[in-house]
Amino acid sequence: MNIIEWLIEPFRFGFMQTALIAAVLVGLACASIGVYVVLRRMAFIGDALAHTVLPGLVVAYLNQWSLFGGALIAGVLTALGIGWLSRRDAIREDTAIGIMFTGMFAFGILLISTVRSFRDLSHILFGNILGVTTDELVLIAVITLGTLALLVLFHKELELTSFDPIHAEVIGLRANRLRYLLLVLLAFTVVSSIQVVGVVMTSALLITPAAAAALLTQRLSRMFAIAVGIAVLSGIVGLYASYYANVSSGAAIVLTATALFAVAWIVHSLRRARQFETEDEELDAVYE
Amino acid sequence: MNHPALPYSHRHHQDPLPGAPALVVERLSVVYPGTKRLALRDVSLTVPVGARVALVGANGAGKSTLLKAVAKLLPIRSGEIRIYGNPPGACHHRVAYLPQRGEIDWRFPVTLRRLVLTGRYVHLGWFKRPSKQDRAITDTVIDQLGLTDLADRQIGQLSGGQQQRGLLARALAQEADLLLLDEPLNAVDAETRAIIVAVLARLGEQGKTVIAATHDLGRLETDFDGALYLANGREVAPPPGAFVGMKVGI
Repeated sequence: MNIIEWLIEPFRFGFMQTALIAAVLVGLACASIGVYVVLRRMAFIGDALAHTVLPGLVVAYLNQWSLFGGALIAGVLTALGIGWLSRRDAIREDTAIGIMFTGMFAFGILLISTVRSFRDLSHILFGNILGVTTDELVLIAVITLGTLALLVLFHKELELTSFDPIHAEVIGLRANRLRYLLLVLLAFTVVSSIQVVGVVMTSALLITPAAAAALLTQRLSRMFAIAVGIAVLSGIVGLYASYYANVSSGAAIVLTATALFAVAWIVHSLRRARQFETEDEELDAVYE
Repeated sequence: MNHPALPYSHRHHQDPLPGAPALVVERLSVVYPGTKRLALRDVSLTVPVGARVALVGANGAGKSTLLKAVAKLLPIRSGEIRIYGNPPGACHHRVAYLPQRGEIDWRFPVTLRRLVLTGRYVHLGWFKRPSKQDRAITDTVIDQLGLTDLADRQIGQLSGGQQQRGLLARALAQEADLLLLDEPLNAVDAETRAIIVAVLARLGEQGKTVIAATHDLGRLETDFDGALYLANGREVAPPPGAFVGMKVGI
């Protein structure tokens, strides 16, 4: 079998094609919003949102409602709840997140324990990209396109409120509203990525590609491009790994992203070492 | 002046009341949200259009609090603030605020040029992209502050003095009439100090009003027209021999 055949082979199956499109779409959305999540130090909140949608998923599952709908409601409620709890200084944001996150997750687990078969819900926890239905794919596409469109439309405001919320307030731009927008978008993105890597690993798709990109460039536009590239590549490589090595697709995707982060870290370290060397040489030249 | 189609705040364009001073503060008291201590007590101040006024005092005296209250960053406990006769927030494009350096995330991946460009945002509002004219204004003020060669650097790669000049460049890019500067000369190098002082002088000539916090008693008489002395949130008498100039307080 030559390399081309080897590459094409898995996609003879319809479910693999669907999975590929889902992985690319989710990678796009997660990595883009992930850049803001990383730069605004919201990594904890991203992880929390992924966990807090659990009760929504379980309630929806038990009542045979749309899983997406259940997760979305729980995610958006959590996003608003965290923003509301921490809007004054009485409770710090990370504390508010910690409380909401564990409370909601525990509630979800409690609900799961009432279900006879835990197996049914294991794909919620660990993802099941190979089981994405056409309807779900359409929803994922809508969420991805909507998220990207809003990130582009509000880019200048999101950027400003990220590094200088005070200037935003001075010119009448309420930084908090942009934060709510970001939290709600994050809730949508997280819900769409749960299909791919599951509740437990979703924050990896948000944070790891963006964090790797932040090591490689100091330009925001390039950071978006690199993060998206890493996330999409991870999705594709992960799919091949799960097909040929017969391993969990969610775990394979996350581990590929982790490996790419390690490469970025090495490149970053080598660059810094070289930078110090040049600076030393310049200093030597000055002293001579 | 171009008005934004979709301004960030809908109380954007109240015209100045004719003959009103640039700033009137009457018996202002301010409490930081979540605390009980009065950070500012009964402070009054009148700044005529075109004046340059120094707020002088040690750290914690209330200088920043006063500037933040005027910039509508803090709620007012009691008293009144009038900017060109209007309440704070009534004309965002007319008021520029230069924060202390620590209030900005300098590690964020934006260039100095982009930072300065954000001074134009108040004129753009939602969805509008910066025009050629906005970019031209940005480049002009960057040049005025001697930063042209550094314009494409990420803001964290600048020295403290260069960052301070970048923030002042942004305040200028806003083309505001009232500039609130929080410690613009704090811990800057001699070159930056000279450039900033020259800019302040030019602002005075252009009829712009400048209120700057400082804890530096030296050179007040050359750089400012008047001074208000603060300690523990109240106006205090100037130290013996200190610069007074134009009467601005009670």
